[in-house]
Amino acid sequence: MKYKLKFSRVLFLTVDVVALLGIGFVCLAPIWHVVMASVSDPTVLGSTRGLVFYPLKRVDTTAYHIILQYKKLWVSYGNTILYIIVHCGLTGVFTTIAGYVLSRKRLYFRNGFMMIISFTMLFNGGMIPTYILIRKLGMIDTPFAIVVPGMLNVFNILIMRTSMEGIPVELEESARMDGAGELTIMWKIILPLCKTTFAVIMLFTAVAKWNDYMSALLYLPTRTDLYPLQMVLRQILITSTADYTNAATMANTISIYKKSVEYAAIVVSTLPILCIYPFIQKYFVTGVTIGAVKS
Amino acid sequence: MKSQKLAGGYVKGGGWKGFWHNLGLDIRRNKVLYLFLSLILLYFFIFNYIPMGGLLMAFQKYSPAKGILGSRWVGMRNFVDFFSGPYVGRLIRNTVWIGVLDLVVNFPAPIIFALLLNEIGQKHFKKIIQTVSYMPYFISAVVACGLVISFTQAGGVISNAVAFLHDGQSINLLNDHGSFRMIYVLQNLWQGVGYGSIIYLAALSGVDQELYDAARMDGAGRWKQTLHVTIPGIMPTIIMMFILRMGVVFSVGADKILLLYNPANYEVADVINTYVFRMGVTQQDYGLSTAVGLFNSIIGTIMLLSSNKILKKLTGTGMF
Repeated sequence: MKYKLKFSRVLFLTVDVVALLGIGFVCLAPIWHVVMASVSDPTVLGSTRGLVFYPLKRVDTTAYHIILQYKKLWVSYGNTILYIIVHCGLTGVFTTIAGYVLSRKRLYFRNGFMMIISFTMLFNGGMIPTYILIRKLGMIDTPFAIVVPGMLNVFNILIMRTSMEGIPVELEESARMDGAGELTIMWKIILPLCKTTFAVIMLFTAVAKWNDYMSALLYLPTRTDLYPLQMVLRQILITSTADYTNAATMANTISIYKKSVEYAAIVVSTLPILCIYPFIQKYFVTGVTIGAVKS
Repeated sequence: MKSQKLAGGYVKGGGWKGFWHNLGLDIRRNKVLYLFLSLILLYFFIFNYIPMGGLLMAFQKYSPAKGILGSRWVGMRNFVDFFSGPYVGRLIRNTVWIGVLDLVVNFPAPIIFALLLNEIGQKHFKKIIQTVSYMPYFISAVVACGLVISFTQAGGVISNAVAFLHDGQSINLLNDHGSFRMIYVLQNLWQGVGYGSIIYLAALSGVDQELYDAARMDGAGRWKQTLHVTIPGIMPTIIMMFILRMGVVFSVGADKILLLYNPANYEVADVINTYVFRMGVTQQDYGLSTAVGLFNSIIGTIMLLSSNKILKKLTGTGMF
């Protein structure tokens, strides 16, 4: 059906496009500012009042030299990657197991067990009792405190179970006829059919662990060598307690470049994620929709 | 009752004896399954149910050396101390203020954004704006708060802009008591508006196209179509999201505020969760902090249960 363009419609569309461009600008500008400021001349940067859209005066990479030599950042980068791998591994295995067990219709007390698990979504001990528990378990100042708590969560189990319940029983039965055991059925038959749900759970778990600084703040009081990336970024950006001193750089260079180094730290820690994310965007969209259907 | 043998050795109608027989048989047949189940239950027991038992600390003068069984019981003393203490007023005020302000700004924003985006027919433009708007969501809380601090300190980009508009001095806006809460909420807006719109865009794409054709037949313009087709079409999603959000409105999380606040703005920034963190972890007053946390948990659970009840009444399905 042909649609006649009225003046009011054109006006509306213009306003709409301008508004959307504005929102896009606001979302992107701070990120762009950080990238450009990190390679700007520090003295000119210090006297600039607005956003930086291009390298000021000249391209200056000294801040990156300083940050490259800041060992703590790179150690914590490695820690975070390790934590994500282990935490995601645990989450993947145990969420699959939980989803599988609780989707078995012949399981005794299935609903009872489901209620025991779901109740934790409604009510929990909270920060301090959990902290005391982790201490009593001897996990304080160990990597276990970062990767073990929170590896199973009710929401993930629920979406996994729902997705597994949707698989026709015949597939499982025919595999059983061929002599397949419980484990084989779970890994080879059921899980491959829930790939999307699994991928979505992994993705959200990985993002949450990447962002997590609270567990390190709570559970790693003295072992700064075990800090995840976000804790070191917190020292650089929030508490200003990072010490970049090293043999190669002079102390006064460091103080001149302090702001640029902060920006460079943001760039090296955030840009990789922002570059990968457009390619996995569709999983996030799927994830949000699965979540909404479930709730 | 006479028991009856079924295929595979199970019995039917054998009362308790039959039941135990069946359960035992089932466990023997499906060892792996029950082993898995016990692992999962063990996890939830340790990491969720033991801390619930730990809530007893709220009624104790807890000392880590003596443990829960050995510590002195003090009844409601910790609660009385909190409610008669100097901070209770500001903590509740800040928690409610920040929670409500966040709801008022950040609930409608993604809906409006989704509607604005929905009016665009040009696919590439739409896609680019979408991708760009999700980007801030992938910036970690620490970096996002670091940016906020950097932009709002004296001489920062936002402080300068505000100073320019007010014709005044560029000041540290975070420590300005009138601005902290708004900065916190706008920071959430920046990170959440694009991401929050995904669900509404999904709902918008599900609105029946024939309804638009029918409305056009009846001579409805674009505005009328939005009002009478689009908005009613996504109303179920809006209501559901609103109720879900109401359930957590007073559970203002500690993580971002811990990054943004400092003693200079505790007066407007300190919320219950950050207070629990300071009291418990920094000052190691476990009894008091557990009591305050329990109070917050109870409010949270009441909110969640009542919002769930409303959801059930309206849509027939709840979360639990």
